[in-house]
Amino acid sequence: MMPARQSDTMLNAATTPPLGQAAVPVLDIDNLYLEFPVYKGAIRALNGVSIQVMPGEIVGIVGESGSGKSVTAMMSMRLIPENSYRVRTGSIRKSGRNILQASEKEMRHIRGKDMAMIFQEPMTALNPTMKVGRQITDLIRRHTSLSAGQAREHAIALLRDMHIADPVQIFDAYPFELSGGMRQRIMIALAFSCEPSLLIADEPTTALDVTVQKQVLMLLRERARKTGTAILLITHDMAVVSQFCERVYVMYAGSVVEQGITAQVIDRPAHPYTRGLLGGLPENAEPGAPLQAIAGQVPNLADLPGGCAFRNRCPLQGEPCSQIPPLMPLADQPGHSVACWMTAGEAAHV
Amino acid sequence: MSDTVLTLDNIHVRFPLNRNWRGHPRAWAHALNGVDLTVRRGETLGVVGESGCGKTTLAQVLLSLQQPTQGQLRWSRQSGRPNVQIVFQDPQSSLDPRLPVWRIITEPSYVKGQTAEAAMRAHAARLAEQVGLAPQSLNRYPHEFSGGQRQRIAIARALASSPDVIVLDEPTSALDISVQAQIINLLFSLQREHQLTYILISHNVSVIRHMSNRIAVMYLGQIVELGETATVLAQRRHPYTRMLLDAVPVLGTPLPHTDVAAIPELPGNRVLPQGCFFLDRCAYRMQGCGQRQSLTSVPAGASAHCVRCHRFDHDEFDGK
Repeated sequence: MMPARQSDTMLNAATTPPLGQAAVPVLDIDNLYLEFPVYKGAIRALNGVSIQVMPGEIVGIVGESGSGKSVTAMMSMRLIPENSYRVRTGSIRKSGRNILQASEKEMRHIRGKDMAMIFQEPMTALNPTMKVGRQITDLIRRHTSLSAGQAREHAIALLRDMHIADPVQIFDAYPFELSGGMRQRIMIALAFSCEPSLLIADEPTTALDVTVQKQVLMLLRERARKTGTAILLITHDMAVVSQFCERVYVMYAGSVVEQGITAQVIDRPAHPYTRGLLGGLPENAEPGAPLQAIAGQVPNLADLPGGCAFRNRCPLQGEPCSQIPPLMPLADQPGHSVACWMTAGEAAHV
Repeated sequence: MSDTVLTLDNIHVRFPLNRNWRGHPRAWAHALNGVDLTVRRGETLGVVGESGCGKTTLAQVLLSLQQPTQGQLRWSRQSGRPNVQIVFQDPQSSLDPRLPVWRIITEPSYVKGQTAEAAMRAHAARLAEQVGLAPQSLNRYPHEFSGGQRQRIAIARALASSPDVIVLDEPTSALDISVQAQIINLLFSLQREHQLTYILISHNVSVIRHMSNRIAVMYLGQIVELGETATVLAQRRHPYTRMLLDAVPVLGTPLPHTDVAAIPELPGNRVLPQGCFFLDRCAYRMQGCGQRQSLTSVPAGASAHCVRCHRFDHDEFDGK
């Protein structure tokens, strides 16, 4: 290992609890209600979201557009402009530390160092006027005490870890000279440059081809295993989640509607929405057969109906659905819980 | 079912790059390098490939938005001009924001000379009903609709002039999963009712598998495998088809625990490879692959399934 890498790990050790102690979640979002005030009202983007990511874990959030998955990710990094939102209740803790109360100066220290983020479109996330290498060394030097030369060596080693064939040449390239897959690898190198304890990946492979997507996901997993980084993957693609994540949260209209171990959620989905999502996938249907589409549309977050948000599209709706369902554990499946009055009890004998 | 609507014959398209001081191009981007294809009436032909393989240029050639630099596009229609319509990926940017929906939908017939407003409104109402839009929403503007509804508007517009062929360029990739299912179902039922011919361009193999009768796999501006969807997906004769399909994530199958390979890069189309286009990435290459490969039918003589690989009948490919 390079000396640069070691000094980095030591710097990081202060924030990661030593083995043997009860593990503190790297990310603990607790009952978060967040809204964006607009003219005469508010868009209620998050309605009681609770998400936990343990150290080294790979967790997915799936949902459609407007489900609040990206807001959750952006809020965890406090990347939403300060005066545009209102937190009604709830907290976000990063390794036990309340992110919502941290000052902007403290946040600048946490971002990129303790937690990093990868965005969907690497071209817009990288600075087009700076060479790739400079962007990586800037980040390293911002968060560590390495000299310029050491930072360069560290950056080139990082690029080599990304399975880039000629890292020295790429170090001196501009983002526009690189392909989409290569740019996303630069983003991953950037994200792992300070060995964060949490990486939030917001649709990291949506803009990539499937052949590249597979390699990027494998690369992410390989780096996360090596550095002990936890990953929170945000995506709309069920297949990617089932391939990559250990646990998954399904979000709908700003709430978590189902949560559990990925294989359980995919094989025995308990929430009617999750069932609808899986049933609507062309790969789950006979070619040419009609797909089971979920009727209707996502509710307007500025004007949510009372009770269960999925009520108007739900095939199972009944009496109790006028109350908002909490996440209820399923009796026979440890770790699997669902926010649905109708299926929480029924799933036991499906 | 089997009569031909359209034949593409050895279509080449190249774009000039970096002109010199006299205006002569110094380099070319070779987008399509000899595409041969026949489209049959009433079928759905899926075109699949990675970005940069020429899918969109092919769509442009079909719509005569791009003239082929070499090769011919032959329509079987005897009289009048061929009628092709397209549904684009992003309904947000493909609908005129300043026109009400009824005008958007009837724009193709307006261009063809139908200008009486009452007739156009009636026509729009009929089409809107077919695609599942409320008739009272026809006076609204595109921004008042959700993504799925906008895509329905785009489909209604494509139907307006009773086209011979509708090109669907990634029709569902901008949509959410639950809406994607609705749109796919709609496209199916419209095809049944009106005997439409679709050319479905997508990088999403699941959608292609679900919707197409035949499938064409494209790589670097060429078709490398062509045949009935079920046959192609089951036999995967061309090594590229194999690589592409293996990379498609499957529900419930974890990522392989092999080491990360160097990430494959699509070769540039500035300078075309000498031999088989797939040579650099191919795991099965051997002597003879340095020659250009042509699209050959398997088994020889039949025309249902064609592969551009001279090792397609090698032992390693059998039984798989």
